[in-house]
Amino acid sequence: MAETAPVGTSTAAFAAVRAPVSVSLDATAPVALRGITFSYGEGELRRPVLRDVQLDVAPGEIVLLTGPSGSGKTTLLTLIGALRAMQEGSARVLGQELAGAGEGARVALRRRIGFIFQNHNLLGFLTSRQNVAMALEMQGGLSEAERLARAGELLASVGLSDHTEKLPAKLSGGQRQRVAVARALAADPGLVLADEPTAALDKQSGSEVVHLLRDLAKKRGAPILMVTHDPRILDIADRVVTMEDGRIVSAAA
Amino acid sequence: MNETTRLLPWAPERTGEAAPMTPVRMDARAAPSVPPPKPAGTSLPSMLYLPVRLAWRQLRAERARLFSAMAGVMFACVLVFMQLGFRAALFESATALLGGMRADIFLMHPLTTASFRPEGFPRSRAYQALADADVVEAVPIYLAQTTWRNPADGSRRTIQLVGFDSNAGALRFDGIEAVSEAVKRPDTIAFDRRSRPEFGPAAAMFEAHGPFDVQLGGRMMELAGLVSIGASFGADGNAVLSETNFRRIMRGRSASVIDLAALKVRDGADIATVVARLRATLPPDVMVFSRPELVAHERAYWENATPIGFIFAFGSLMGLIVGMVIVYQILFSDIANHIREYATLKAIGYSNGFLSRVVMGAALILAIIGFIPGIIVSTWLYGVVGGATFLPLRMEMERGLTVFGLIFGMCVIAGLLAMRKLRDADPADMF
Repeated sequence: MAETAPVGTSTAAFAAVRAPVSVSLDATAPVALRGITFSYGEGELRRPVLRDVQLDVAPGEIVLLTGPSGSGKTTLLTLIGALRAMQEGSARVLGQELAGAGEGARVALRRRIGFIFQNHNLLGFLTSRQNVAMALEMQGGLSEAERLARAGELLASVGLSDHTEKLPAKLSGGQRQRVAVARALAADPGLVLADEPTAALDKQSGSEVVHLLRDLAKKRGAPILMVTHDPRILDIADRVVTMEDGRIVSAAA
Repeated sequence: MNETTRLLPWAPERTGEAAPMTPVRMDARAAPSVPPPKPAGTSLPSMLYLPVRLAWRQLRAERARLFSAMAGVMFACVLVFMQLGFRAALFESATALLGGMRADIFLMHPLTTASFRPEGFPRSRAYQALADADVVEAVPIYLAQTTWRNPADGSRRTIQLVGFDSNAGALRFDGIEAVSEAVKRPDTIAFDRRSRPEFGPAAAMFEAHGPFDVQLGGRMMELAGLVSIGASFGADGNAVLSETNFRRIMRGRSASVIDLAALKVRDGADIATVVARLRATLPPDVMVFSRPELVAHERAYWENATPIGFIFAFGSLMGLIVGMVIVYQILFSDIANHIREYATLKAIGYSNGFLSRVVMGAALILAIIGFIPGIIVSTWLYGVVGGATFLPLRMEMERGLTVFGLIFGMCVIAGLLAMRKLRDADPADMF
């Protein structure tokens, strides 16, 4: 049974004990999480933050992840983004199994994911265009001129064609976050992960940024998984997933 | 299974025009894993150029820090240049006497460690060397030290005597041609105009008034001419005189025991082959040297038997350590201040290797931009200090390359140390 076959042998044993529900693993899902359990600390201080999380993101889907502080949203995002080593469970992201994946495989996967951080995290000594081009440098086969031209197009698509040669310090918060959106989408990612992209922005620029992100990602067919506390942007979601105490408690469509 | 050959919905190649929403069913175990994207920048230019360019942009962004780093490297560079310059100058002046002797091949007793304390060997060895077809002339040389009375104030000082037949062409000093007739007369000497000033203004007096009498080893000798040799460690003043006049001052010396012999080879003969032949034929009580070998032998004495070499090597090392600490501090604080940016780069898929190359690129840039002003300032200082101390300080290509190598190594070590800080850039902290 192809669609019920667990991914790895360790997961198979795990699924038998902990997950009696039928594990349907759609191999085409950009994100397929099974039985993710994660703890910080060692021994006595061991503190679980994720307990047996199952989550699928369909192609092109926009999923918002909400929940109180400490519910494990951000940890989940770092695991999906291959920024952290897995402990238990199976996570298949863009076809790459992350359980037991080495640093090289994780770095390679990160190149296919667009990241948007709470703070823009642009390199302060590079212009907007150079910042966006940085995300393209890792893709082989593009010349410097092609990278800069492509970065210019992306900045134009986020409405910053007049600000391509400015340093981040000369841009407003909303403009910086739009540069970050352009950078995240530069390498045509198969998945966009965003962590509270509107936290540092006012209502209007926050809404502009997320709508821009949604439109651009939809056009590329890239799904978005976004952690947010911001109720003002829930309208962009195809699905809102709420977490509490390291578990997914509701998934409202 | 035609579907498996189609691009998957998330494949980066897809431009995302029309998403094929029909899920492609396939066996999970047989699912073709998405081929990993071509590792970024596998070509050499992008492996090296891109990180170095990023490093340069980062360094350039903070002028004040860049200049302090440049000044630090420059400082280290000047320090090392001055230490090595002094060292070379001292060794060069240490060997001024032997270095000033122009001949093709020299014979010396194996027990002679330094020219100021020679061991005698039979004069006949010089003539035995003439048996070689390529040796056309052999000149015995007598070396001794005696006292010289300063003609201006009467104070006494040890002077080096070099006794040989100045008519023979095998051994030349600068200026010997002009005095070779004059020093044939009894009780005459030629004085080294580059002796230290403590020997008195003998050269100036000779130029102003012509020959005059000076006291050497308790005997009055006529200063009949000037040669140019230079003060060395073993002797800070020199006088050249004929064999006979030498024995007039050094009464106890036998004519049959000489301290050095200079040989001239036939024009066009290969000196190295002649040296090798003489080594094979001459008895073991003489060593055979080419001119550079003789100077190196003398230099080795001053390097190994005195702390001079160590002192300057230590000084250079101190300069390098100071420079390394400065470069390390700059690189370290650059990483520490940009830790979020580095972590971001890691998060968006830059490898540790790339970031290490950025740090090494910064180290390389600092080495170059510190070295260039460093060598310019050092060249200028060589001129200033050399003029004030009479030390033969000159910028040499070889020393420049050595110092660049040292500065480069210094920056590489600083870079390697600073690189450890990169581990703190954890992309998981970015969310």
